[in-house]
Amino acid sequence: MADDAPASRVDTVRALKDAATIALLAFGLFLPLVGFQTTTNVRNDLILTTRWPLLFAVVAVAGFGRLAYSLVVEPWLGQRTFRTPGPTPAWRLQVSKWFVPFAIGFVVAYPAIVVAASGFRGAVKWIDNFGIQILIYVMLGWGLNIVVGLAGLLDLGYVAFYAVGAYSYALLAKTFGFSFWILLPLAGTLASFWGILLGFPVLRLRGDYLAIVTLAFGEIIRIVLINWVDLTNGYAGITGIPRPTFFGIPFNADDDGFAAVFGLEFSPIYRTIFLYYLILALALLTAFVTIRLRRLPVGRAWEALREDEIACRSLGINTTNTKLTAFAMGAMFAGFAGSFFAARQGFISPDSFTFLESATILSIVVLGGMGSQIGVAIAAIVMIGGTEIMRELDFLKLIFGATFDPTQYRMLLFGLAMVLIMIWRPRGLIATRDPSVVLKERKVIGADLVKEGHG
Amino acid sequence: MEVFLQQLINGITLGSIYGLIAIGYTMVFGIIGMVNFAHGDVFMVSAFIALVAFLLIVSFLGISSIALALFLVLIVAMLFTSLVNWTIERLAYRPLRGSFRLAPLISAIGMSIFLSNFVQLTQGPRNKSIPPMVQGEFVLFTKNDYPVTLSHKQLIIWAVTAVLLACFWYLVTKTRLGRAQRACEQDQKMAALVGVDVDRTISMTFVIAAALAAVAGTMYLMYYGVVSFSDGFIPGVKAFTAAVLGGIGSLPGAVVGGILIGLIETMWSAYFSIDYKDVAAFSVLAITLIFLPQGLFGRPDVEKV
Repeated sequence: MADDAPASRVDTVRALKDAATIALLAFGLFLPLVGFQTTTNVRNDLILTTRWPLLFAVVAVAGFGRLAYSLVVEPWLGQRTFRTPGPTPAWRLQVSKWFVPFAIGFVVAYPAIVVAASGFRGAVKWIDNFGIQILIYVMLGWGLNIVVGLAGLLDLGYVAFYAVGAYSYALLAKTFGFSFWILLPLAGTLASFWGILLGFPVLRLRGDYLAIVTLAFGEIIRIVLINWVDLTNGYAGITGIPRPTFFGIPFNADDDGFAAVFGLEFSPIYRTIFLYYLILALALLTAFVTIRLRRLPVGRAWEALREDEIACRSLGINTTNTKLTAFAMGAMFAGFAGSFFAARQGFISPDSFTFLESATILSIVVLGGMGSQIGVAIAAIVMIGGTEIMRELDFLKLIFGATFDPTQYRMLLFGLAMVLIMIWRPRGLIATRDPSVVLKERKVIGADLVKEGHG
Repeated sequence: MEVFLQQLINGITLGSIYGLIAIGYTMVFGIIGMVNFAHGDVFMVSAFIALVAFLLIVSFLGISSIALALFLVLIVAMLFTSLVNWTIERLAYRPLRGSFRLAPLISAIGMSIFLSNFVQLTQGPRNKSIPPMVQGEFVLFTKNDYPVTLSHKQLIIWAVTAVLLACFWYLVTKTRLGRAQRACEQDQKMAALVGVDVDRTISMTFVIAAALAAVAGTMYLMYYGVVSFSDGFIPGVKAFTAAVLGGIGSLPGAVVGGILIGLIETMWSAYFSIDYKDVAAFSVLAITLIFLPQGLFGRPDVEKV
C-alpha cells in the first residue's frame, strides 16, 4: 500500500507534463488561424483582429482534455480485462436474422409514422430532408459499392455519372418533353455508356492511381458543365425541370392534379411521399440487382478481381470485360439516382456535382465496410442523417449564443468523423462478409481474411 | 514569339510553385506509399498563415523593409505549417500505418475536408486580398509594341525556389536525415534493423514537405495577392499531376514535372482557352498515367507474384 502513493504522484506529474505539452502544441497550432482573424475594415482593407479568449479556450480544452485522459480514461482502460469471444449468443443470431426484414418494413412505413407523429405540415421536412436525402445516398453508396466494394476499383469521380444522369434527364425533358418514366432508363443507359467510355483508358491502372485519374475525369466533366454554357447554362444551372407524374397525373392543385383526382385536399406532401417511395424502390432495385449479380459469373469475377487480379487473369477471366461491366453497372445506378435528383429538385447546377460529393459517397462505402450492403446503408444514415440533424440543433444556440449556427460545422465534423472512424475501425462498420459460395457449412469471413483495395 | 516568351516566363513561375508542392507528394508517396490527399490543403493553410504573418509584421510591428518582411513571413509560415503537418501525420496517418491500403487515403480525404472547412470557419468564406507586396518589373525587350517583362515578383519566386531546392537537395543527399529517409524509402524493416528511427524519419518527411508547401504558399500569396479557403484543391491536384508526370518518388522529377505543368497551363490559356486550362492539366494526368505510368524519371513498377 505504501508504494502506491509515490507511484501515483509520479503519474500525476507525468500527466501534468503531458497536458502542458499538448496545451503548448495546441497553442502553436491554433495561434495563427484561431488567435488572429483577418477581416476587412470600412475602407475595405484587410486588417487583423485578435481572438485571445477563443484561443485560450481551445488551448485549455486541449490541455485539460489530455489531463483527464491520463488521469481518468487511461487507468480505466488499463483495468479493463478482455474477454475471449465465445460463441455468438442466440439472441444476436435472432437479431441479425430479423434485422433486414424489420429495416425494410420500417423504411416502408416511415412516411406513415412521421405523418402520424408530426402531422401533414411537419412531416414534409422529415420525409424530404431525412428520408429522401438519406435514400439518395444509400442508393449512390450501393451503386458505388459495385465498383469499389465488389470489383475493388477505387473510383473518386463517381459523381460524374450522377451528373450525367441528372443533366440527361433535365435536358431531354426540357427540350423534347419526354416523361420521367421514359427518361429514367435512358439516363441510366447514357450514364453507363460514360462509365464504359471512362473505363477504357483506365483499365491498366490500379489503386491510388486509378483513384486520382477518376477524380480528374470527374473534375473534367464538372468543368465542361460549367463552361459549355450553350448546352448547360453554366454556373446558373437549369431551372424548371419537369417533375415526375403519378402515371400521368401531375402533383399540382389543378382539377386534373393528384389530389383532385383522388378526392383529397391539396397538399405538397403527396409529391414528397411519392418521391420517397420512388427513391426507395430505386434503392431497393439497386440492392436486389447487386445481390443477384453476386451469384452470377460476372459477380464472382468481380470479387475474384478484387482479391487478386493476377490470379484472376491466369484463370482465364477476361479482366477488361469484368472491369468495364463493373464501371457500367455502377454508373447506371448513379444515372438513375441523378435523374431522380434532377426530378426532385427541379433545378440542377454544377455546384451539386463537386468532388466533395464523390468523397462523401466513397467515404460512405468505405466507412460502411466495403462490399457490405447493410453497412453502406447504416453509414449513409449516420453520415448524412448526422449532418442533416445539425440543422435541427437549435438548443445549442442557448449555450453558445444566438449567432451560433450549427450548420456551419457540418462539413468540419464530417471530415473529422472520416478520420476518426478510419482510426477506430479501418475496415468499416461491418467488416465481416458472407461468402457467395458455400461448401457444406456457412462461415463468416473475418475482416483479416479479406484484402480488398488492391485492384 | 514575344507572347511565347512572356508565357514561358509566367509558366516557369507558376511551375516553380507547383514543383514545390509536388515534392511534398512525391516524398510522402516514396516513403509510405500513400497519396497525401490533404497536401493541397496544407498548402492553402500555409498561405493563410503567411497572410496573417504578413499583416502582423506590416501593421503591428511596422517593419517597412519588404525584403525583411518577406523573409520573416517565409520563416513564420514554414515553422507553423510544419507544426500543422507534423500533428496531422501523428493524429491521422500514423495510427493507420500497416492498415489496409485505402485507410490512409480516406483519412487524408477527411483531413482535407476538415482543413478547408476549418479555415472557412475561422477566417471566413470570402477571398482575402492584400495590397501588392512587391511591385516593379524589368522590360526585357519590346517587339511590335508588346513588352516582354520579368516582374520583380517572378524573379523573387525563381530565386527563392532555387535557393530552397538547393538546401533541400543538400538535406536529402548529404545529411544523416536524408540518408535515413532514402533508407526508409527502400526498406523500412531493414532500415529499422540498422538503427534508423523510422517513425521519426517519416515525421521529418512530413515536416519537410510542409515547409516546402509553405514556401509555395507564401510565394502564391505574394504572386496573386489573394487567397481563399478553397484554394487548396485545384493546385493540390495539379501538383500531384506534376509529381506523377515527373515519376512519383523522384525528387528532380517533381520539380521538372511542376515546371512542365505550369508551362502547359499557361500556354494552353494563351493559345487555346483559358476556361479549359484545368481540363488540360487533368488530361495530362490521365494521359501520363495511361501511357507512361512510371513518369519521366521514375523507375518502372515491376509486379511480383
